[in-house]
Amino acid sequence: MKKYAIVAGVVIVFGVAVWLMYVNPFSTSPRAVTPQLAKELHLFIWSNYLDPTVKTDFEKEFGVKVIEDNFASNEDLLAKLQAGGSGYDVIVPSDYMVQIMRKQNLLAPLDLKNIANFKNINQSFKNLDFDPGNQFSMPYMWGTTGIGYNKKKASAPPTSWADLFDPAKLEPYKGRISMLDDAREAIGAALIYLGFSPNTTNEKELEAAKQVLIKQKPFVAKYDSESFRDSLAANEVILAHGWTGDIAAAKVANPDIEFVIPKEGSLTFLDNLAIPKTSKNQYTAEVFINYLLRPEISAKIVNLRRYASPNDAAKSLIQPEILNSATYSRPEGIKLYWLQDLGPAGDLYEKIWTEIKGQ
Amino acid sequence: MEKQRERGQLALLLLPSTLWLGLFFLAPLGIILVISLVQRGGPVAWQLDGSAYVRLLDPLHLKIFLRSLTLAVLTTFVCLLVGYPLAYYIAQRPPRLRHLLHFFVLLPLWANSLVLTYAWMVLLRPEGFFDSLLHALGFAEPISLLYTPTAVVIGLVYWYLPFMVYPLYGSIEKFDFTLIEAAHDLGATRFQAFRKVLLPLTMPGVMAGSLLVFISALGTFVVPALLGGDKTLMWGNLIQQRFLSTPQDWPLGAALSLAMMLFMSVGIWFYFRVNRESA
Amino acid sequence: MNERSLSTTTRATVPIHRRATLWDRLLEPVLGVNACFIYVFLYMPIVVLIAFSFSASPFSAVWGGFSIDWYIQLFQDSEIARALRNTLIVASFSMLFATIIGTMTALALSKFQFRGRNAFETTLNLPIVIPDIVQGISLLMFLVLVVHLALGLPTIIIAHTVFNISYVAVIVRARLHGFDRRLEEAAMDLGATEWQTFWKITFPLIWPGILSGALLAFTLSLDEFVVTFFVTGPGATTLPIQVYSMVKRGVTPEINALATLMLVASILLVTLSILLQRRRSS
Repeated sequence: MKKYAIVAGVVIVFGVAVWLMYVNPFSTSPRAVTPQLAKELHLFIWSNYLDPTVKTDFEKEFGVKVIEDNFASNEDLLAKLQAGGSGYDVIVPSDYMVQIMRKQNLLAPLDLKNIANFKNINQSFKNLDFDPGNQFSMPYMWGTTGIGYNKKKASAPPTSWADLFDPAKLEPYKGRISMLDDAREAIGAALIYLGFSPNTTNEKELEAAKQVLIKQKPFVAKYDSESFRDSLAANEVILAHGWTGDIAAAKVANPDIEFVIPKEGSLTFLDNLAIPKTSKNQYTAEVFINYLLRPEISAKIVNLRRYASPNDAAKSLIQPEILNSATYSRPEGIKLYWLQDLGPAGDLYEKIWTEIKGQ
Repeated sequence: MEKQRERGQLALLLLPSTLWLGLFFLAPLGIILVISLVQRGGPVAWQLDGSAYVRLLDPLHLKIFLRSLTLAVLTTFVCLLVGYPLAYYIAQRPPRLRHLLHFFVLLPLWANSLVLTYAWMVLLRPEGFFDSLLHALGFAEPISLLYTPTAVVIGLVYWYLPFMVYPLYGSIEKFDFTLIEAAHDLGATRFQAFRKVLLPLTMPGVMAGSLLVFISALGTFVVPALLGGDKTLMWGNLIQQRFLSTPQDWPLGAALSLAMMLFMSVGIWFYFRVNRESA
Repeated sequence: MNERSLSTTTRATVPIHRRATLWDRLLEPVLGVNACFIYVFLYMPIVVLIAFSFSASPFSAVWGGFSIDWYIQLFQDSEIARALRNTLIVASFSMLFATIIGTMTALALSKFQFRGRNAFETTLNLPIVIPDIVQGISLLMFLVLVVHLALGLPTIIIAHTVFNISYVAVIVRARLHGFDRRLEEAAMDLGATEWQTFWKITFPLIWPGILSGALLAFTLSLDEFVVTFFVTGPGATTLPIQVYSMVKRGVTPEINALATLMLVASILLVTLSILLQRRRSS
């Protein structure tokens, strides 16, 4: 008898579930674009990538409250968007991720009429391959990947990826190395170290890169894309695989920190402001994007976060020591690669990364 | 008449919990079962397909299962090893002190566990509290425990020790210590008295504590992420990744969740079996 | 805290009238030292956390003199104010729902025998034992794939209510356990309606249990992280989520101050809940 009750219960529950699936009484109505400002704007952005006062200033001027959530990698952002992470109005994908999202039809086309400050952007950052005509994305900040190190604690300044990957050189840094927790970045660095392209889909080359990372792992303290800045500043780690701006910010807190782009070459990126298709506040989102492209706002963010700005008009407002620092400019004679959308082969990188972290 | 009224009353009283648990607890578990049986893609394609279970058996996954199991067993074992003498000690104090000591074991359980994990990060980091302490005591070599497996075990034992002590204390407190005397009078050695009298009679507490710790430790993903430096994937991380990071594979994530529940059920089954035997 | 200290526990079983051996005399101190170590282990992080929340240094691991700046900064942080508001909304609603539903369930279980009771009880206890990650993921899938409900505070409230029902039911049932049913019968014999009987007889006797259950539900909801992590949506950040993201993205000592306050709040609430339960036994 008990069994029947359970079976009946399960059947009823499933019945309801299936009914809900097809009838879907809670479904949201299609988005209406009205040229009216919303009360709130949901921003989904990398950790430590915005000056908090920008949000309060925007609210003062436009009466729109900006609510920020953070993600740690392009892949996490994509997954959130795919898993019904609707509700965000402005997102900040990197170059290759804009391409992927465009392909998956996740982005809303921008109305350039509402983004007049696009004119402030340097020509070399406009109309790039991942988004011809900037139909879907506006350049926000760019940077380069390299090695941040503590010059007092490191036995010699690193110059090459070998200083981060060659086990023979890593003994003094055991447990004091931080690597980016990002499949494309970490595997990309190992590929460049081996002399391969960071966009390869050749399984042998990827296997070799995997072996490099597995051999490096016993020396690594943590895989982390969000707080290596603080770990470096607090002397918790001595070598950090990281991005220019965060390492420059670590240097502000701790003058012993230096940055180097390894001589073999490295990765560079441009992060972009975009609007997910599911956003119900497209107009407000465009107003906010336009606001972020204002010279004084752009400069304010750069002065705090120390990533490089594609905004020409902002240049005169950025502190000169930032403009002249090693983390701000592209070095001469070192090859810099952009990550490409690899299609389904991109999953291979994630799979390898899982294998490395699963060791 | 009376009967019918009672039935009406019963139905009324049980309706809200049945609905709530049915809709937001049982149905979701059902959905997980369904997802594990369909095809991957976009992120799920509603096509019957068992391949998620084939992917589940990937050697890498087996390795991670084994690691999570080992870690859960190790945590349980350490908690038991430390918790049993503690519970025994508390149970033998005078009543007032006993209540107080017991209360203070349980108190950290109610503090936010994330906050306490963070406190451990402060304690264990290189050039942090422990390191400086050891340095002050004359140890020249800096030790950095943070981001090591040791740190993960410390964190887990910290989280789950109260779970172990609570049921242990409950059963040791109820234990009649004159039984031990009787055993001695009958010529039992101390070890025999422990093994044949004390341990069997406090077994329900041992089992309940171990079960609680084991189940909780098996599903953990926060402690390895924070104290382990996100270096060693655990079962929980694997589930989280397959749902919340790319490449998404919801059927595999669902199968992984079900496998975790299976292990949990084995633990519970074992618990009831041992309890029945000792009863 | 090694094999030896375990094996020494066996020596505690020596009857008093026998001559005490070396082991017997050592047992007490060894157990005592073990206990001391454990209490230090349990409270060291708490003490350090509180101490550093008053440190002036911008690094969480360095002492830089006494200061309450981080508390001041904390109270001016609008993000944290928002997280606090969200947390309180979630905790209040889930407490309310869970207390009502859990109490009803406990009443039914103590009063009636019915078919499928075992299955029902098992289901009721399941949310307590099932790994929270599975609970979180399954509810997320259900909400995203089936109900198409936008993630946010309502979904967190739903999730918290699920496990809180179980806890409240357990606590109220314990209270009902020693309850003399004849009191209710007497009231009914004297002509009270069921409703009157409940409010005049049953409720006054079990309310400490209900209140204690409610407090527990509130505290659990206040501190819940894993399930919330999965079913939270844009902007629906609760304090534990806020703490997690602060730890992840790099920390200001503000977090020490926040952590200290959360700690104090939880400890006060739980102490209150335990005192209420005590009242029952006295």
